[in-house]
This record gives sequence, C-alpha cells and structure tokens, in this order.
Amino acid sequence: MRRFASALLFFAVLVGLWELAVRSGRWSVVLLPSPIFVAEFIWGALLDGTLLESTWVTLKRLLIGYAAGVLIGMPLGLLTSTSQVFEDTLGSLALGFQTLPSVCWIPLALVWFGQTEGAMLFVVIMGTVWSVIIATDHGARNIPPIYARAARTMGSEGFHKWTRVILPASLPFLVSGMKQGWAFAWRSLMAAEIYVTILTGFGLGHLLHYGRELNAMDQVIGIMIVIVVIGLLVDRLLFSPWERFLHRRWGTNVKEA
Amino acid sequence: MEVSRPASVTAVPAKLIVENVSKRFASSRAAVQALDNVSLTVTEGEFVCLIGPSGCGKSTLLDIMAGLTMPDTGRVLADGKLVQGPGRQRLVMFQESALFPWLDVFGNVMFGLKLRPDLTRTERRDIADHFLKLVGLEKFKHSHVHELSGGMKQRVALARALAPDPQVLLMDEPFAALDALTRDQLYDDIQRIWMESRKTIVFVTHNVREAVCLGDRIVLMSPSPGRIRQIFDIPLPRPRDINSPELAGHASKIATALKGTVTEAFSE
Repeated sequence: MRRFASALLFFAVLVGLWELAVRSGRWSVVLLPSPIFVAEFIWGALLDGTLLESTWVTLKRLLIGYAAGVLIGMPLGLLTSTSQVFEDTLGSLALGFQTLPSVCWIPLALVWFGQTEGAMLFVVIMGTVWSVIIATDHGARNIPPIYARAARTMGSEGFHKWTRVILPASLPFLVSGMKQGWAFAWRSLMAAEIYVTILTGFGLGHLLHYGRELNAMDQVIGIMIVIVVIGLLVDRLLFSPWERFLHRRWGTNVKEA
Repeated sequence: MEVSRPASVTAVPAKLIVENVSKRFASSRAAVQALDNVSLTVTEGEFVCLIGPSGCGKSTLLDIMAGLTMPDTGRVLADGKLVQGPGRQRLVMFQESALFPWLDVFGNVMFGLKLRPDLTRTERRDIADHFLKLVGLEKFKHSHVHELSGGMKQRVALARALAPDPQVLLMDEPFAALDALTRDQLYDDIQRIWMESRKTIVFVTHNVREAVCLGDRIVLMSPSPGRIRQIFDIPLPRPRDINSPELAGHASKIATALKGTVTEAFSE
C-alpha cells in the first residue's frame, strides 16, 4: 500500500509539472497539449471504441508473432547451445540478425508480403526470434554442469533430461530472454504499424501515425501513454509471476528483512 | 585376474571391479595423466574410502565408476557387467549440493524415484517420506533448497541418492564444504544408514580422519600420474567416534603416508 502511494505521488507530481509547463506559456499548446486534453482524448477514444479496437488489433498481432518467435527460437537456442556446428552457423546468424534493428525488416516484408497481416507478423517474428535464440542458448550454457551430471546418474537422459533438468535449470535466463524478446516484438510491431498502412486492421501504431498527420498532439501523446501502460501491464501479468517464482525458488532478490 | 592388494580376498562377491584404468586429460596448455593403470576391487557391502592429495585422480576414478567419464584404456565392471554410462544402480552424491533449485526438498528426493517405472505413485511418495525421515528432514519437506543450511542440503542430497535404492553409492567429498560440527553429526548418520542398508559405498575425501572414521578400507592415491599407492584395512568396530584415540592412531599412520605422496610429487 505504501509502495502504491509513493508511486501514485510520483506520477501525480510528474503530471503536475507537465501542467505547469503548459501554463507557463513558453510552448505552443499545439506542440504541448495540457494533460487534461490528453486525458479527454483517451477517454473519448475509449468511449467510441476506437482505442479498444486498435489495442485488440495490435495485441493480437503481437501475441501471435511473439508466440511464434518463442516457439521457433527456444528449440533453436537449445540446438545452438549443444552443437558446435549449429553454434558456428545458426548461432552466428542469430547474433548478426539480432543487431539488425527490426525496422530494417519492413522494406523486405512489404515487398514479400505486400500490405498484409503477413508482413506485420513477419516483422514481429524477425524482431523476436533472434534474441530468443540467443537468450536460450545463453541460459542453457550457464547451467552448472553438476545438475546435468546428477540427473544423468539418476537415469535422466535425452528428452527427460532436456525437459526436466536443462529447461527448468535455465529458467532464470529464459525468463529474462523472453522478456527481452517481448520488448523487441513490441518495438518492431510499433515500427511496422507506423510505417505500413494496411487495410486489415488499424493498430495503435496507426493511430499514432495519423495523430501526427493531423497534428493532433493530444492523440499522439495519448496513444504513447496507452502503449506504455500496456507494456507495464504485460510485464506485471505475464512476467512478474515467473520472476516471483524464480526469486522464491532460487532465493534471489531478497531485499526485505 | 590380477589381485594387486594383499588383504580381504574373501568369498564376498565383487561389486565393482576397476581393471587397468588410465585416463589422460589434455588441454591446449597441458596434459595431465589423471589415472595411470589403476586396478581396484570393491566387494559387496563394503565401505571404501579413496584418499589422496589434490590431483591424484580420486574424483576422476569415482566419475569413471559412475560412468560419467569414460576411461581411455581399461574398464569398469559393476556386478560383472561393463559400465558404459551412468545408471541408477550407482548413484553419485557430489561435493557441492547438486540439488535442483526449481524443485522443493520433496521434489528433489522424488526426482530419481519418478524415473523408476516399477513403482506406483503412492510407493514413490512413501519412499521419499521414509528417506527424508531417515535423514531427519521430514519437517522440511516443502522447503526451498536455498532456505536450507549446507548440512541440511547434503542430507537432502543423501536422501535423494538413497531413495531410488542404488546398489552402489559413490560420494565425492560430500562433506568437504561443511563445518566440523555438522560433519561429526553426518559421520554418525552415514554410519547408521550404512549399517542398516549395507550399501556398497565408495567415498572420496582428502580428510584422513574422515576416511578412517568411515572406511573398511582406505585406498591411498598419489598424484601425477594418478596411481594407487597403498591400501589400509581399518578393523575398528562400528559405530566409530571420529575423536577416539584408536582412530587417531590409524589416522596418523595414514597421514604420514599421505604426506609422503605430496612431498614426492613436489620433488619430481
């Protein structure tokens, strides 16, 4: 409760400073709208349904692309961590592509898939899969070898060893890898939505883009806030339970006493 | 078959036979002859301690017995069968706690049991409960691994190794990281458990008193190259008290021999 109160106070002060800056009159209200206008925009967009609709369109793309990226990336990461050949080939490829900003995939995606959902998914998957491969590889490599040895003496080999020992043992790395993959997926989707207009669905990125076209700064800032809030919510809902589990089991992150 | 040791050639069947095992580790910087033509027979129900200075290959020998490492030459027979890989008839208990942090105490003890298809669910749970009780940790069944002290962790590791009912227990300096008080307590426990279960135990240590307190026989090894130097029989009655004067007498004799292997290694 205390933590919640201090967070609330912090954000209240932040919005207060913003309102003060608007009132000082140093910046044009067209460039820096009052937080009240931004709130009004968000409220209006919520009521007429555009916000929920485009949030749903965006989240759907994000979840499908992210899930595909993780499902492809995880086994490949395990593969590169165990095989020298895959490490030298696929591993280097992943490392190279991970450094490529995912916006750079958009021209290619447009030419290959046209202005379709396929292009969106492609960009999200390309943004996710490489960092998931690298995180999984890193996780599997950092497992104390004694776990695998102990498991083998107890008769755990092959598939059992991978699913019951290697994967859970690399969980701390996997979760941070998944989180990183999520951040990359989110970024690449936003880039794709801002640059690519497609007719099958109007996402948050599109709203952001048209906000700029119309010079509607309340819309631009409002959508940005929505994007940040979604990011925070996903972190709380999707990753925090895992992190709590890890901290409880591994005994890490003990700060209260 | 060659019998290189003088004592205890009896009618008791051999559980583990190590025949002319050599193992060499080569890195880009150096090559180490970890084991050089080592032969050893461990009989059923025997408690054998491997002792020697670091680098004498005692842990490597244990790994080879476990099937975790393959020898360059020579072979290991367990119950007359060639060891080609690890198997749950020969469970290993490691120096550092190799407990799995993603499982609680009970889950760790259950891990090996779940790999035995011949048991039912209830049987597995009963066995796990039994061994947790045996090591005195039944109250910590649902604790997380990181919440346990070093001694408690090794007790769980012992329960985990005993639960699947292996024929041979291989212990790699299991108490080396513990404080003296905890160790003394564990010596009593392990002797009690051994006398009840009559498992064959091979126990690696560099602590002479520990070896004398636990072992029927003590195999002294010398480093570079790793060889068996001498084998001592310890005919003391059990349970043994690590602080008893008789035990100290044996220990000082072995300590002198151990010191010899170290000074030799340095003068070479």
